[in-house]
Amino acid sequence: MIPIEHYLFLSSFMFVTGVVGVITRRNAIVVFMSIELMLNSANLVFVTFSSYLGNVTGQLVVFFVMAVAAAEAAVGLAIIIAIFRNKLTVNLDEINILKW
Amino acid sequence: MIDLIYLTVLLPLIGFAINGLLGPKIKNEKVIGVIGSGAVGISFLISLGIFFELLGKPAAERHFIVNLFQWIKVDYLNIPIGYQVDPLSILMALVVTGVGFVIHVYSIGYMHGDKGFWRFFAYLNLFIFAMMNLILADNFVLLFLGWEGVGLCSYLLIGFWYDRKFENSTTADAAKKAFVVNRIGDFGFLIGMFIIYLTFNSLRFEEVFAQVKLGGIPESTFNMIALFLFIGATGKSAQIPLYVWLPDAMAGPTPVSALIHAATMVTAGVYMVARTSVIYASAPTIMMVVAVVGLLTAIFAASIGLVQNDIKKVLAYSTVSQLGYMFLAMGVGAFTAGIFHVMTHAFFKALLFLAAGSVIHGMHEEQNIQKYGGLKKYMPVTYLTFLTGAIAISGIPPFSGFFSKDEILWYSYANAGFAFWLVGAITAMLTAFYMFRLYSLTFEGEGRFDHHHVHPHESPKVMTVPLIVLAILSVIGGFIGIPEIFSGSGGNQIKNWLDPVFKPANSLLAKHGAHSHFEEILLMAVSVAAAAGAIYFARFVYLKRKDIAESASLKFPGLYRLLFNKYLIDEAYDKAIISPIVKVSDGFLWKFTDVKIIDGLVNKTASLIESFASQIRKMQTGVAQFYAVIMVLGIVIAFFWIMASL
Repeated sequence: MIPIEHYLFLSSFMFVTGVVGVITRRNAIVVFMSIELMLNSANLVFVTFSSYLGNVTGQLVVFFVMAVAAAEAAVGLAIIIAIFRNKLTVNLDEINILKW
Repeated sequence: MIDLIYLTVLLPLIGFAINGLLGPKIKNEKVIGVIGSGAVGISFLISLGIFFELLGKPAAERHFIVNLFQWIKVDYLNIPIGYQVDPLSILMALVVTGVGFVIHVYSIGYMHGDKGFWRFFAYLNLFIFAMMNLILADNFVLLFLGWEGVGLCSYLLIGFWYDRKFENSTTADAAKKAFVVNRIGDFGFLIGMFIIYLTFNSLRFEEVFAQVKLGGIPESTFNMIALFLFIGATGKSAQIPLYVWLPDAMAGPTPVSALIHAATMVTAGVYMVARTSVIYASAPTIMMVVAVVGLLTAIFAASIGLVQNDIKKVLAYSTVSQLGYMFLAMGVGAFTAGIFHVMTHAFFKALLFLAAGSVIHGMHEEQNIQKYGGLKKYMPVTYLTFLTGAIAISGIPPFSGFFSKDEILWYSYANAGFAFWLVGAITAMLTAFYMFRLYSLTFEGEGRFDHHHVHPHESPKVMTVPLIVLAILSVIGGFIGIPEIFSGSGGNQIKNWLDPVFKPANSLLAKHGAHSHFEEILLMAVSVAAAAGAIYFARFVYLKRKDIAESASLKFPGLYRLLFNKYLIDEAYDKAIISPIVKVSDGFLWKFTDVKIIDGLVNKTASLIESFASQIRKMQTGVAQFYAVIMVLGIVIAFFWIMASL
C-alpha cells in the first residue's frame, strides 16, 4: 500500500503549482486552469483521507466540489468571453480599470 | 360662573386660531373683525359676570383657584394650568378685555384695507390670550408663559408693517430691539423664579406666599428675589435702564400702541410686583429701589416728552413716565393706588393713542405735530375725546387721572417723604405741560399743513365710538377711588375691593405716623394748581407767544438738544454695549472662533484624511493578480502564526 504521505506530497505540489500559476500567468484562461488545479488538489486530499479513514463523507464532498467547479468554470468562461469581446484581450494586466 | 374663567382665556385663543389659520381664506374684513372682537367681547362679558359674582360674596371669600389640568410634573416640581380669581386678577381681566374689546372694534376701522388685516386680528387675539394667562395664572410658570407670550405678540405687532421704514431703520429693527431688551429683563425674571423655587420648593403663589407669611427666611433672600423680579419688570414695563424699547415700539400700528404699549402689556410689570407684594413687603430695601427707579423714570421720560415732535413719541414717553408713577406707588407701598393708576391710565392713555391714531388717519399718515394745527374744526369728536384724555392725564379733578395720581403722590409723601412728593408733583406739572403742548399744536391755532394736498377729515363711526366710550371711562373711572378724606371712612371703593389681596403685604410694612387731613388737602391743591398752571402756560406759549418756545430753545441750546435727542441714551447704549458686542461677535466669535476654530477643525480633519487616503489608495492597483498575491501572503502569515502558537 502506498503511504499516505505520497498522496499528500502530490496534492501539495499540485496546489502550489496552482497558486504559482494564478499569480504569475497573464492569460486568464491559464489562470483559470490553475484554479482548477488547486481545486483538484483539494479533492485529492479528501479522497485520500476518505479511503485512509474508511469514511465515505470525504468522497461525498468531492462530488460537491466538482459540481461547483463545473458551474464556476461555465460562469468564468462566459465572463472571459464577454471581456474578450469588449477589450479584444484576455491579458489580466490589461484588465485593470477597477481601481482608485 | 367662576368655573367659566377658563373661557376668558380660551376664547381669544380660538379667535386667534380661526383668524390665523383661515384668515387668508375668509378675506371678508367684517367677518374677521367680528370674530376677533367677538372673542374678546365675550371674554369681557364673562369677566364682568364673575366680577359681579365676587361682589356678591363677603370680602374674605373672594378668592378661587380653578385648576384645569396638570401641565408639568417632574419629581417634586408640580405646575398645573390653574387660574386664580381674586379681586386683583378680575380687575385686571376687566381692564384688559374691556379696553381690549374697544380697541379691537377701533382696529376694524383703522386697519381697513390693510393687506394683513386677518394677521393683525390674529395677533391681537393671541396677545389677549397671553395677557389673560399672565393675569389669571396661579403660579409663576404660567405667569411667565403669559409674560413671554405678550412679549412675542409685542414683537410681531411692532414689526407688523415689516416692509416699512421707521426713522433711520425699519420696523423690523424696532421689533427686534423690543424683543432683545425684553429678553434681558426676562432673564432677571427667570433668575428670580429659580431663587423662589430654591427657597420655597414651590412656584405656586398660594404656597409661596403662605411660607413668606410664616417667616424664618432671611431678608437677603427676599432682597435677591425682589431685585431679580424687578429687573424683569423694568424690561416689560419700560423702566430705567431698560425703557429704550418702548418709544421705538411706536413703529407698530396705532391700535397696537394703545393696547399693548400703553394700556395692558407694559403694566404687566406693575401687576407682577402687586401680585408678589408680600415678597416686596419683606424686602424694604428693594421697595426703595423700586420707588426711586419709578420716580426717576417718571421725571426723566416726562422731560424728554417736552420737546418731541412725533405725536406718538410724545405719548410713548408719557407712557414711560406714567409707568414710573405706578412703580413709585409700588415702591412706597401704595399697592392699591398703583393698580388704580394702572386702570385709569389704561383708559386715558388708550384714549389718547386711539385719538392720535384718528388724527394720523385723518392727516394721511403724518405724525409730526409741527405739521398739524387747527384740527378741531375738522375732527370734532377726536378733538373732544383727546381733550378729555389730556385733562385726565394732567390730573385735573374730577377726571380719573386726578384721583389715581393724587393717591400716589399722597402716599409718596406719607410713606417716603417730601422729596418723593416734590419730584412726583414736578413730573405731574411736566405731564400737564407736554400734553397741552401736544393738544395745542394739534387741534388749536392755525393749520400748518399743506391745505392743497392734505384734507383732514373725521374718522368713521367704528373708530369714533370707541373713542367716546374710552372718554366716558376716562371721566368717570376715577370715582371708584375717591380719597377717604372726601368720601368718609371706607368710602374708597377700589381700596375696599383690593384690600384682601394686599392685606398680607400691608401688615408687613412699617406703619407710618398719621398725617392730618389738612396736609393731604394742601398737597392736593398744590399739585392741581401746578398742573393747571402748566396747562395755562402751555396754551399761552404754543398759541399766543410761539416766540417764547423758540427763544427758550435758542437760549438753552445744549439742554434743548439733550432733551430732543433723548439724553443720547440710545447712542450711549450703542457705544457702550451694542457696538462692543457687535465687534466681539464679528471679530472674535465669527471670524476667529467660528471660522478659524470650528470650521478649521472640521476642514483640517477632512484634509488630513484626504492626504493620507491619497497615499494608501495607490495600493488598489486594479490588477487582480496583485490582490491574489496579498491574499496568499495573508494566508501564509496566518498559517505560520497558527503554527507558532500551537
